[in-house]
Amino acid sequence: MTQPLHIVVCGSIVPDPLQTLEPVSTPAGPGLKNEMMLPAVLDPWAACGLFEAANLAKQVAGSKVYLVSLGPKAKLQQVMMTVAQKFPFELVAVDGPAGGFTEAAQVAEALAGAINAIPGLDKANMLVFGGWASASRAAGATMQMLGEKLGITDQFQGVDECKVQPDGSLRILERIEGGRHQVSICQGPPIVCGWATGNLPEPPNNPQVGMMNMRAIMPALQKAKPAQVAQDGVEWVTVQLPQQRRDTRIVKDVPIEEMAQEIVEWIKK
Amino acid sequence: MEKILCLLHTESDGSLHKSAFEAVGAAKDLAAGLSSQFAIGIVGESVANAANAVAGAGAEKIYAAQGADFAQPKYATDAAACEALAKAAGATIVLAPATSRFSRVLAGVTARLGGRIETNATAIAVTNGKPAVSRWYYRQRIETTLSRPQRPWVITLSPGSLPELQLAPASASVENVAVAAPASRTQVTGIQSPPADAQTIRPDAQLLFVAGAGWTKQQADGASHIDEAEKIILQFLHQTGASLGSSKSLADMSGEGQKILPFMSHLNQIGQTGASPRHPKGLATCCHGEEPHVVGWRFISERRAVNTNPGCGWAQGKTDVLYVADAFELMRKVEEMLG
Ligand SMILES: Cc1cc2nc3c(=O)[nH]c(=O)nc-3n(C[C@H](O)[C@H](O)[C@H](O)COP(=O)(O)OP(=O)(O)OC[C@H]3O[C@@H](n4cnc5c(N)ncnc54)[C@H](O)[C@@H]3O)c2cc1C
Repeated sequence: MTQPLHIVVCGSIVPDPLQTLEPVSTPAGPGLKNEMMLPAVLDPWAACGLFEAANLAKQVAGSKVYLVSLGPKAKLQQVMMTVAQKFPFELVAVDGPAGGFTEAAQVAEALAGAINAIPGLDKANMLVFGGWASASRAAGATMQMLGEKLGITDQFQGVDECKVQPDGSLRILERIEGGRHQVSICQGPPIVCGWATGNLPEPPNNPQVGMMNMRAIMPALQKAKPAQVAQDGVEWVTVQLPQQRRDTRIVKDVPIEEMAQEIVEWIKK
Repeated sequence: MEKILCLLHTESDGSLHKSAFEAVGAAKDLAAGLSSQFAIGIVGESVANAANAVAGAGAEKIYAAQGADFAQPKYATDAAACEALAKAAGATIVLAPATSRFSRVLAGVTARLGGRIETNATAIAVTNGKPAVSRWYYRQRIETTLSRPQRPWVITLSPGSLPELQLAPASASVENVAVAAPASRTQVTGIQSPPADAQTIRPDAQLLFVAGAGWTKQQADGASHIDEAEKIILQFLHQTGASLGSSKSLADMSGEGQKILPFMSHLNQIGQTGASPRHPKGLATCCHGEEPHVVGWRFISERRAVNTNPGCGWAQGKTDVLYVADAFELMRKVEEMLG
């Protein structure tokens, strides 16, 4: 019989991927222009992990989902208004910068502190989920470091599937090169999973679930503790937008044979 | 003085992937730039062939963590091996290829070593006597070069970014580092590959072919022609050996159980929430070339696109050539000429 799972999903906010970003210098190091004004979303791969967590929690009776987010409180609150409508979870908020230029090691430290302080958390039956990389730092470092700090050495990255088997073991698929997956069986929790896309569509919004979640989320935001997260001595030599812009040659109103010939020659070159 | 360690792992047949030779080349250059030496550390079931393959690189020492416990990529055992090798070499800088195997463990190893990590570096140079690493933030939207004071500093190198060091095999002497494999609750049971005819992701291909949602849309005759699209795309992959990419829109449709293109999955998706593969050439068809889609093209050297719309995103400086044409018609013609 499978014990109820405590699934802790680590995920913060990132600027909406459709926004054009512009780096600026701040006294604390590089940042984004109008960072606090940019529309934000839940970090996409962590969001996939959150959807998978909700799905697993539904399958194993008595399970619970926590979302641990380190970010500026005000922005977290905005993003939670949507995320909270998906399914029931408990928010654990940590107040601090969510930008990509902060130090992964310090973020991992802050997340470990927040997780260790969750009252009643069953660490023996814990699954620690997050994205295999963020859409901000895009490093794939935080989750592994967090796992180390929590003493978990059954870790998986680029996960597309995590199934609880009848005997309570976990079957996990990790992305490897060439569109293939490595298959592992882990005896059971605790584990760390950095999620890739997974297999689930985004759950629809349910305003009633949203209202229920927000009742606990607002106080969680209010009591969010500040975290010591910075850029940790990094010397930035350059921080810039990609300069490359191509001189596009537009080929139109020429016979299709001519275009095809050109493409074939280019492919064979 | 910096002590540089280049960490490598063997493939399942005991050989080294080309990204290993890129990393060794980077270690050699960095050592030269810092007037320092470098060592190599290899993880695998049996490292003799791999060690011989890099024996001519000029490393002061080749360390190995080898044995049956290190045959399979697994966090607990790989982390223990990499930690032991870094300690044996007294490394202040660790360079390694950002393969899936190393990307899964090296940040954890960095935490054990009390160091710092930069992942997926695209270049490493010496500026003002210090190593400086280039990497992208915000999913290829901001490019940086940075240096840092903390050691050990672990740096993983994005495969395909740097030149391969060409070496003739020689006879290597290897110093074995004893690593007690930690007890682990995880067993790697195998690799799940798509069936051979659906193996459309080919990281080493010369050409990336990207299909967009346009292939499934209503065409000039008022109907959609998905079966035809499938034939054209598969035929092209067959003829050219190209790797197949997909836009998010198309991958999402296929994922939602609609009968779209059965050989297409999320793994094919290129872009901000997908992959950013490296290929010398890329041909985009029936997708519009806006950000964040184009983010996935950051590392494609020569780009061409086919779209019916002359004002599509590709026209805005994103591609070298935009063919304004019906992709069905044009690709059929291309395939005819390819024979
Ligand atoms: C958070 C977030 C993350 C995202 N991440 C990604 C990502 O990682 N990757 C990604 O791709 N997108 C991503 N997107 C989506 C992206 O913004 C676009 O919506 C998507 O890329 C559009 O896909 P498409 O060009 O295939 O489809 P469409 O927008 O439907 O365009 C179809 C194109 O096909 C052309 N066409 C139609 N018929 C023909 C024909 N016969 N011949 C030639 N051309 C034809 C049309 O002119 C049109 O340009 C993301 C969006 C969000 C919000």
